[in-house]
Amino acid sequence: MKPISKIQSRTVNFANTDIDTDQIIPARFLTTTTREGLGQHLFHDWRYLPDGSSNKDFILNKPDSAGCKILVAGRNFGCGSSREHAPWALQEFGIDAVISSEIADIFRSNSLKNGLLPIVVDEGTLDWLLEHPYTEVTIDVVRSTLTLADGTTVNYPIDNFARYCLVEGIDQLGFLQKRASEIEQFEESRPWTP
Amino acid sequence: MSTTQPKTLYEKVWSEHLVVNETDDAPAILYIDLHLIHEVTTPQAFSLLSERGLPVRRPDLTLATMDHSTPTTPVRTLKDLQIAGKGAAAQVLKMQENCRQFGIDLLDFDNEQRGIVHIIGPELGATQPGKTIVCGDSHTSTHGAFGALAFGIGTTEVAHVLATQCLLQRSARTLLIEFSGELQTGVTAKDVILATIGQIGVDGGIGHVIEYCGTVISAMDMEARMTICNMSIEAGARAGLIAPDDTTFDYLLGRPWSPQDTAWDEAVTRWRQLPTDEGAHFDKSVSVDGKALEPMVTFGTNPGMVVAINDPVPEDGDAAFRKAIEYMQITPGKPLSESRVDVVFIGSCTNSRISDLQQAARIFAGRKVAPGVRALVVPGSQQIKREAEALGLDKIFAEAGVEWRESGCSMCIGMNGDTVPSGKLSVSTSNRNFEGRQGKGARTILASPLTAAASAIEGRVADPRRYL
Ligand code: SF4
Repeated sequence: MKPISKIQSRTVNFANTDIDTDQIIPARFLTTTTREGLGQHLFHDWRYLPDGSSNKDFILNKPDSAGCKILVAGRNFGCGSSREHAPWALQEFGIDAVISSEIADIFRSNSLKNGLLPIVVDEGTLDWLLEHPYTEVTIDVVRSTLTLADGTTVNYPIDNFARYCLVEGIDQLGFLQKRASEIEQFEESRPWTP
Repeated sequence: MSTTQPKTLYEKVWSEHLVVNETDDAPAILYIDLHLIHEVTTPQAFSLLSERGLPVRRPDLTLATMDHSTPTTPVRTLKDLQIAGKGAAAQVLKMQENCRQFGIDLLDFDNEQRGIVHIIGPELGATQPGKTIVCGDSHTSTHGAFGALAFGIGTTEVAHVLATQCLLQRSARTLLIEFSGELQTGVTAKDVILATIGQIGVDGGIGHVIEYCGTVISAMDMEARMTICNMSIEAGARAGLIAPDDTTFDYLLGRPWSPQDTAWDEAVTRWRQLPTDEGAHFDKSVSVDGKALEPMVTFGTNPGMVVAINDPVPEDGDAAFRKAIEYMQITPGKPLSESRVDVVFIGSCTNSRISDLQQAARIFAGRKVAPGVRALVVPGSQQIKREAEALGLDKIFAEAGVEWRESGCSMCIGMNGDTVPSGKLSVSTSNRNFEGRQGKGARTILASPLTAAASAIEGRVADPRRYL
């Protein structure tokens, strides 16, 4: 994973609550054996009309949304399935961070493992962002802060380890492998075996 | 102090699996006793192992099956496999190749133990109290019915477990949900969990592990308990748990993966220590009156948008409510019993076990599916299929005009070619009524097998109690 210390971009707002992983990437696109090619199907059934053409009314298709790397969404973003295809699709599309007042557990964990930043803010901050579309925001990953164009800065909570992995570009599998001897010891010392 | 402090079931299982404790700066390293894998969420994990030249650390703790992308018609040739689509077929072939290459026993098409991953774990006795169980699938919460700590993970984590048999995890908060009293006739585990999600919300469990308890739960058999735990994720919870008891042990006795002989007695002694201690602390608790529950149906596009079967759909709500009503083409203020049904699906890891099929058969027996309705029963495993056929349920379904299939996820997720056509209304015993979940544009009402069968007979959303 590449180290990430700062994300700076305009925001794109998708105010719906409970946006589930079946909306982010519908199940029929999961019959793949690689990570690539999912970005074109991100939000597929909202993004395209039944005839396959682009749905001009969908927020990500608006000209102003082009190049926005930060998605601001309603409460409980990413609920539903454990498919890591959801963060893969968002990233391939060009989203680097998702901001909401609540982000589903498995989606959050999957995102962090891929360097997609899930940011939970209080309802007040979320409301402000939703009322101010396409606002310029700077995310300082090292300090865990979100700074708005007027200089207002809010802190967001993030697990210390997750932040360390993002900033240093740490590969968590490598981290686990380094503990091989402890894992072995654990297996040998268990009072029962599975 | 720590030895006398009362602990919850969750805390006991968690602490028994700590390879390395968590600190402010690092999550715990948690040992995994059982890793369930299927074809959809593993190919990229195996690729990661291949790229790094890593083996699978414990193939013996890995249970592999195929369920999501598999056809529910018999597969004898490659052409049969492609019924589900070229992508689906390629994914299934990749699963065979990966399991061969990494030395994992795969329950392949011709294996009589094959089925939906969350059905076969318990059925084989691989799911046991006190185990940690993970799978690249959110409904792994099902296995919590046995007092196992079981949760869904992403594909990167699947690679972590394949390579190290461990996961990096933070401990969760705890939520106790107690169901008092007893259920009325016609009210099932599915209705209980739908009502509960309606009460606490689809995000009510975020960050929490739920423990379900109370008289309603103790009276339930294992299949009903699995239905409850299965849908914990629909409340946003990390996992759902039920304390193991004699019902649990009776279910597991003699199954292929269960401990045998003296190991069985030792295991039961150990399992009896697992239930939450008197006075243990939960971060939150909720109570639900079992007597007051009725058959439930969803009206919207998430499992929390739910009403009792004869109650009117709410008149008004927020933007999400209005969007859901529009998608579902449902009239606010009216009960769903006015809605015409096109498809009835009885299956999925929520409700495809033998007791679910028996309940449906009880309603289908001697009756016919209403004209214009397509009804389909998909058993959760090949074992359940054989059991149902031995009981003659397949004949009851056939006489009623219901399709009887091979096991698999089928119309729960619509990845294998079994889909609900766009705009059609389906009553489904699965767990998600998200937009397009059963097929692009499909409109889904979640319900129990009893309600689904009654709806197939009447051709509209129907209260099953008049048939009981
Ligand atoms: S039956 Fe449905 S919910 Fe269960 S594992 Fe299959 S797709 Fe997932």
